[in-house]
Amino acid sequence: MRAVCWNGIHDVRVETVPDPKIINPHDAIVRITSTAICGSDLHLYDGYIPAMLPGDILGHEFMGEVVEVGPDVRRIKVGNRVTVPFPIACGQCYFCQHDLFSLCDNTNPHAAQVEKLWGYSPAGIFGYSQLLGGYAGGQAEYARVPFADVGMQKIPDGLRDEQVLFLTDILPTGYMAAENCHIQEGDVVAVFGCGPVGQFAIMSAYLLGAERVIAIDFVPERLRLAAEKGKAETIDASQTDVVQQLKQMTGGRGPDAVIDAVGMEAHGFGLFGLYDRVKQSLLLENDRAFVLRQAILACRKGGTLSIPGVYSEFADKVPMGALMNKGLEVHTGQTHVQKYQGQLLNRIQRGELDPSVIITHELPLDDAPHGYDLFKQKREDCIKVVLKP
Amino acid sequence: MTTAITSVPGRSSQDSAAVQSRRGRTSINSGWGERLADFALGGGLIVGGLQRRSLLGGALILGGGWFLYAGATGHFQPYAALGLVREGGSGSGLVVERSITIGKPREQVYRYWRDFAHLPTFMRHLEAVTTSDGRRLHWVAKAPLGRQVEWDAEITTELPNELIAWESLPGARVANRGEVRFADAPGGRGAELSVRLTYAPPLGTAGAAVARLFTEEPNQQIDEDLRRLKAILETGETPTTENQPHGKVVIGKER
Repeated sequence: MRAVCWNGIHDVRVETVPDPKIINPHDAIVRITSTAICGSDLHLYDGYIPAMLPGDILGHEFMGEVVEVGPDVRRIKVGNRVTVPFPIACGQCYFCQHDLFSLCDNTNPHAAQVEKLWGYSPAGIFGYSQLLGGYAGGQAEYARVPFADVGMQKIPDGLRDEQVLFLTDILPTGYMAAENCHIQEGDVVAVFGCGPVGQFAIMSAYLLGAERVIAIDFVPERLRLAAEKGKAETIDASQTDVVQQLKQMTGGRGPDAVIDAVGMEAHGFGLFGLYDRVKQSLLLENDRAFVLRQAILACRKGGTLSIPGVYSEFADKVPMGALMNKGLEVHTGQTHVQKYQGQLLNRIQRGELDPSVIITHELPLDDAPHGYDLFKQKREDCIKVVLKP
Repeated sequence: MTTAITSVPGRSSQDSAAVQSRRGRTSINSGWGERLADFALGGGLIVGGLQRRSLLGGALILGGGWFLYAGATGHFQPYAALGLVREGGSGSGLVVERSITIGKPREQVYRYWRDFAHLPTFMRHLEAVTTSDGRRLHWVAKAPLGRQVEWDAEITTELPNELIAWESLPGARVANRGEVRFADAPGGRGAELSVRLTYAPPLGTAGAAVARLFTEEPNQQIDEDLRRLKAILETGETPTTENQPHGKVVIGKER
């Protein structure tokens, strides 16, 4: 089969590799009909995630048709049309039993190595480095999905791939980020980052009752999408002091909740932005915390910080004093997709959400390298690339 | 739950964590052969350093002094940094200790381990463990270069649902002891297992240090073994990515 393989920094190639096989009794094989490139894939593309091997197959946002099931698969049948969550979860451990699927104990075969970096290991993830299991990803024609009964979401007829593909990752990610804000009546929510996750966080914040949503970015087409489809008020981070502007727009209080939908490759401005870029180029800092700093400073006292943005190692100069003395509540984590996908599918069916509005490019799988380049450089007003095997 | 033998799961001695940690920092972790080597090396370096009147000479003297100190105290700092702990003063034995929580009843986990034939299902380095009378065990393990190593052991202590301890019999190439304690995890989380293995690797501590640098670390190995046990008991399978598609095996192309 054809598959997108990582081969180094800014080097992805579509190769012909063996087809996946059933390995464990709860596995299923999916023939992939649509798959996407994620913002977090760019961290792999840019070389910021350690433990990648040349030849690793990328991709964790994929859907398609089940073509084979293992002997212990009960709920899922051959022929089912499914979306597949990006974290792999067993359904049996303490964390899965508490709906914390992205923290599953039993799906990372390389958990012992991760403990050296993070203390404990989260669940395995498709196509996201050897540290998170080294699972072959879904930017390919076929994929093997462990614990198919636990994860796979059956999709009814009458919905196009483009409407449901993002149930795999970014839609639940934006939704969980907004839910983690514990939005009360009258709340103002600020969303840093108007990429796909940010767009869904904006939509979700309104669905969950926010009075106002203020979206921050510096890319014009993303701010435009946030305003037109998301109905958010916008701030251009390249033109103004964001923290001060947020204060001004909220009667001096600050937003009640702040979502960091940017993560470790934050684009910084001014002196702190330069600090991060210099340290990163000298390999003294891996994660750029520019947006995280702003989020901590911008949030009102006693407010909530919600961090779906991916961080990998260590970040520098984080204002812990502000965080502590303002009494902020922090929620973070990889998305528990399995918890949210059903209810979000219902919302899509009821017409409350149309995730397909963020798609700007659809390319054949073989054009994946071009797709990565478009997405990384934000060329042609690119916001989201979908690949068709 | 507490008995006269087990006070706190995971601690086979009665020492507090502070005492154990202090012992780790200053304990004797070298055997007598190694300590003699330390004296010889240390003395040689100091002599060599005294013959040079230079920065290098100074460095040699400092290095020599460090080795003499290691010889005199029996504490070789790099072993401590690698987590190699000798058991019980200058006795021979390296200790590996790990703990895991499994979301199944204590009795079920105990039963699985007590049938030692199950051990190779989660301990990767084992080929087989067989028994004729339930107390004497015959172990077959994988060794480097595709070989095997075998030895006999017997179960020395057995407290149902609480403790299993075993010890290799004289004649084993690598003398070893093991014990696993079972306790209830709080809040209905299942069972807490605490495993402690003691073994005397060939070539003593130095051999283990080299092995640790170049191959699997014993603590990481038992970590992975216990994780596999947990996965087997909780899900019926162990997570793996072996034999999955990968770009290094590209069809029709040399790599």
